[in-house]
Amino acid sequence: MALDDRKRAFKVVGTRVPRPDGIDKVTGRALYGADMSAPGMLHGAILRSPHAHARIRAIDTSRAEALPGVKAVVTSADFCRAKHSFNQDALDHCMAREKALYDGHAVAAVAATSKSAARAALELIAVEYEVLPHVTEIEDALKPDAPVVQEDRRARNAPEGTHPNVTHVVSFGHGDLEAGFARADRVIERSFRTAATHQGYIEPHACLASVTPDGRGELWCCTQGHYYVRELCADFLGMDTSQLRVTASEIGGGFGGKTTVTIEPVALALSRKAGRPVKLVMSRDEVFRASGPTVSSWSDIKIGMTRDGRITAAQAMLRYQGGAFPCGTVELGAMSAFAAYDLEAVRADGINVMTNRPRQAAYRAPGAPMAIYAVESTVDELCQELGLDPLEVRLKNAARKGTKSAYGPTFDDIGLVATLEAAKAHPHYAAPLCPNQGRGLSCGFWFNFGGNTCVTLNLDADGTVGVTEGNPDIGGSRASISMMAAEELGIPYDKVRTIVADTASLGFNDVTDGSRVTFAVGLATIEAARDMIRKMCARVAKIWDIDEEAVIWEDGCARPAGPNAGDFEPMSIAEIAAIANKTGGPIAGHHEVNADGAGVSFGVHLVDVEVDPETGHTKILRYTVFQDAGKAVHPDYVEGQMQGGAVQGIGWALNEEYIYGEDGRLQNPGFLDYRIPVASDLPKIDTVILEIPNPGHPYGVRGVGETSIVPPLAALSNAVARAIGARLHELPMSPPRILQALKG
Amino acid sequence: MQFAAPRSASEAAALLQAEPGDARVLAGGSDLLVQMKSGALRPDLLVDIKRIPGLDAITAEDGGFRLGAAVPGARLGEHAGVRALWPGVVEAVELIGSTQVQGRATVAGNLCNASPAADAVPALVAADAVARVFGPRGERDCPVSDIPVGPGRNSLAKGEFVASILLPARPKRAADAYLRFIPRTEMDIAVASAGVSLVLDEDGRCTRARIALGAVGPKVLLAEEAAHCLIGTKLEDAALAAMAEACSALASPIDDKRGTVAFRKQVVGVLAKRAAKIAQDRAGGTK
Ligand SMILES: Cc1cc2nc3c(=O)[nH]c(=O)nc-3n(C[C@H](O)[C@H](O)[C@H](O)COP(=O)(O)OP(=O)(O)OC[C@H]3O[C@@H](n4cnc5c(N)ncnc54)[C@H](O)[C@@H]3O)c2cc1C
Repeated sequence: MALDDRKRAFKVVGTRVPRPDGIDKVTGRALYGADMSAPGMLHGAILRSPHAHARIRAIDTSRAEALPGVKAVVTSADFCRAKHSFNQDALDHCMAREKALYDGHAVAAVAATSKSAARAALELIAVEYEVLPHVTEIEDALKPDAPVVQEDRRARNAPEGTHPNVTHVVSFGHGDLEAGFARADRVIERSFRTAATHQGYIEPHACLASVTPDGRGELWCCTQGHYYVRELCADFLGMDTSQLRVTASEIGGGFGGKTTVTIEPVALALSRKAGRPVKLVMSRDEVFRASGPTVSSWSDIKIGMTRDGRITAAQAMLRYQGGAFPCGTVELGAMSAFAAYDLEAVRADGINVMTNRPRQAAYRAPGAPMAIYAVESTVDELCQELGLDPLEVRLKNAARKGTKSAYGPTFDDIGLVATLEAAKAHPHYAAPLCPNQGRGLSCGFWFNFGGNTCVTLNLDADGTVGVTEGNPDIGGSRASISMMAAEELGIPYDKVRTIVADTASLGFNDVTDGSRVTFAVGLATIEAARDMIRKMCARVAKIWDIDEEAVIWEDGCARPAGPNAGDFEPMSIAEIAAIANKTGGPIAGHHEVNADGAGVSFGVHLVDVEVDPETGHTKILRYTVFQDAGKAVHPDYVEGQMQGGAVQGIGWALNEEYIYGEDGRLQNPGFLDYRIPVASDLPKIDTVILEIPNPGHPYGVRGVGETSIVPPLAALSNAVARAIGARLHELPMSPPRILQALKG
Repeated sequence: MQFAAPRSASEAAALLQAEPGDARVLAGGSDLLVQMKSGALRPDLLVDIKRIPGLDAITAEDGGFRLGAAVPGARLGEHAGVRALWPGVVEAVELIGSTQVQGRATVAGNLCNASPAADAVPALVAADAVARVFGPRGERDCPVSDIPVGPGRNSLAKGEFVASILLPARPKRAADAYLRFIPRTEMDIAVASAGVSLVLDEDGRCTRARIALGAVGPKVLLAEEAAHCLIGTKLEDAALAAMAEACSALASPIDDKRGTVAFRKQVVGVLAKRAAKIAQDRAGGTK
């Protein structure tokens, strides 16, 4: 669906209206995953492997089953075989089958009449493990004698002799690399490492499942995509999807980590076996050990540059691990690594390696931050060596309309140059710095996504409008969607209410991910509103007894036009609604689409840091985010996304990491030692929204949710490098590492 | 599990003594309840000491202050006398957790929990505070540095508990300070820490110094050699450098998820140096 041709003056879009879920959320009335209960409900609990890698020889559940209050115990034997290997991996992650593949891997679950009975029952389940050698680091998993995490999962396109832990081999690029590097005045090659980080959402996974003896199921859960949860759970339980209704609760953060299933199939299996509703709530410890962190990475980058700052060739070798299962995230890393640059010769290769860690889940722009960190750090080091301004070098090499991107497609209208120019013109870029301070810059990129979307608008008898959509609202999308409906219908924002419907109420909706909701659901809402307008005009044409084409919609009213202009008083939406029962019955608008044209998004981040030379502590002094939003429907929420991504990236850059012991067990499964930033660690994150309309959306909207986590890693690394005069090539840049680098 | 909230110290001691299994004192619960929730501890008996008359009072005594074992940390900062006399102890307590945590957490609990990283402890040791221990055989006084013996272990005998802590009187031109290093700015656990208490003469020369280090050994360390480096000096750069070096040399930390040996050894000296400067400033030594 293309950008509307007419230049329009928006009335609602672009304003900062109150969010409809605000009062419920600040007063504690909002219902999250763990807030739903049912009569006769049981409490579930999950037994998890203490071993990083172990064959499950036997599980004896008899003593647990005999404990008073225990109503069901399930293991992998209680699930069906999944339709295909990707789904089977998702199921095996929820419940180990032949082997426990990581510390915290679920091996059995119980449902009992109380939480204490459930916990007591876990201790009575006897699991006979054969402990196997384990591997948690990428380099170790690639060694010839490394334990094989899962047999027969080697990438089909892998060259002869590739390690069986390598599950994906990808390559992108174009041009003659050798000739490119030959033309450079300076070529550098560097290796980088990034740790696995967790999405760190406040709300642990939680659900309430109920399966009746006639095979129908109800599931209430905290998820980014209840339709996808339905598909997976129905597959694992052998149900028809139509018989399983999934309702999404309010969600306390997801950031990609709630785009798949974790405990939901287990709750359903327990409920089916017990014949009663079952609630399952993960502890924080379980969230860290068994729900998706992002990938960790080990990458090599080679870039050649001329004395005046033109990149002549660029090459990347990315190695990601995404846990104990095949994981395609490296492909997105290889595609995005050089997306910000207009390059004649470029190549990005990537492999994915299995390790004994939990199955990674998407985390905001999955795969891009670690690749772009490595690239943007290398570009910065070249700028330092050649004495060039890092912003001018980015401008000189920036991808723009017509650039053949490193991953293949040719870019349409994109906002990178405008974003860089905005950063250059901003006072932040020229502000003075003191000793031990440094300024870092990085570009970031994300593809964005559209996908399957289905929206219904219902006109109520009083002329107000209900919007029914199917994507959990993580970032304020109910407000943005109401705004677009109001804009299109020409009515005030507070005359529209948007709800997130259950899976039985609408056709399939893709997951809330890929920064897709404001774009795709917005687009479908606009189309559904236009559908409703056509129907309203037709009703009015009937009343006036004129041609349908002679009725137009303006400012919330049907007006006679063309040959009939001025013949009748305009009819408002309320007037049309009031007599709908006499003109043909209820009026609704509907649209379904598999939306493409999401439009890529670029961002530029600027950060100033001060490093304490005696302790290695990094303080963030100033931070500015510049990002192209296409059209900012609700600027507060756009800024919120830009700030939130920056903050998560700051945590990733400075302190967050999964730390595994020699025993293969996660050492920091809690917020004390898994250090996300606290409010007092941060300055106000300033934001500059650019609006370069996306040609693929009627209002020009682009997704904004993910790009913002991409630049902080390199921006921070570049700032620290300039503050201390030494460069770290590994994240997080924790104080011990910085102090070590200072000592040289 | 049994829960008791006795109304007298002797009743508390008797209950603790009589329980054959694991009996625990419950003060603010900000360590104990967390340990119980995680499954690390499963006590048979909890003895809540908050209802014992007098234990929730801060009382003046011989120019110093006696802190009852049930006084939540937040009350120290609200007490002008304690603030003025031992600002380093107060700043250490005010680093514990958050405002909410300080509303529950006690100084005695911080001490008895015996975490090597406990924030109040180095400040108490630098202040030469004395714990009054109540037990089945009555009361005894014990230097605070002798209460913790190793991670999670204290020297209290069966039936004993800390009833109060005395922050002693202090001469004029004296002050203390406490600093810790955490990667973030709050809600974190000390990777290394230092409490410093100084007494200066009319000239601003240091006549007495006590330096205590946290999170760099199995329990709080009293850095006597380091303290000696300051005696007779006005904390000139050379004296401070020697003191920092002595702290680093004394420190015997471990490598763990929170920091490395090399990092902790260096940073503990830096903290002691910076804390000493603050204490000097507070004692009027830089004027
Ligand atoms: C979110 C959070 C953040 C925290 N941050 C910090 C921090 O920054 N720095 C820090 O040092 N600590 C921190 N703590 C730990 C804790 O708050 C402190 O150690 C606190 O001082 C403990 O006091 P309490 O009264 O709560 O002790 P409790 O939990 O009641 O007791 C702790 C232990 O000491 C024993 N005990 C308590 N009182 C006595 C007594 N009078 N006699 C004998 N034994 C006794 C108990 O049996 C128990 O074993 C934090 C805790 C939380 C939950």
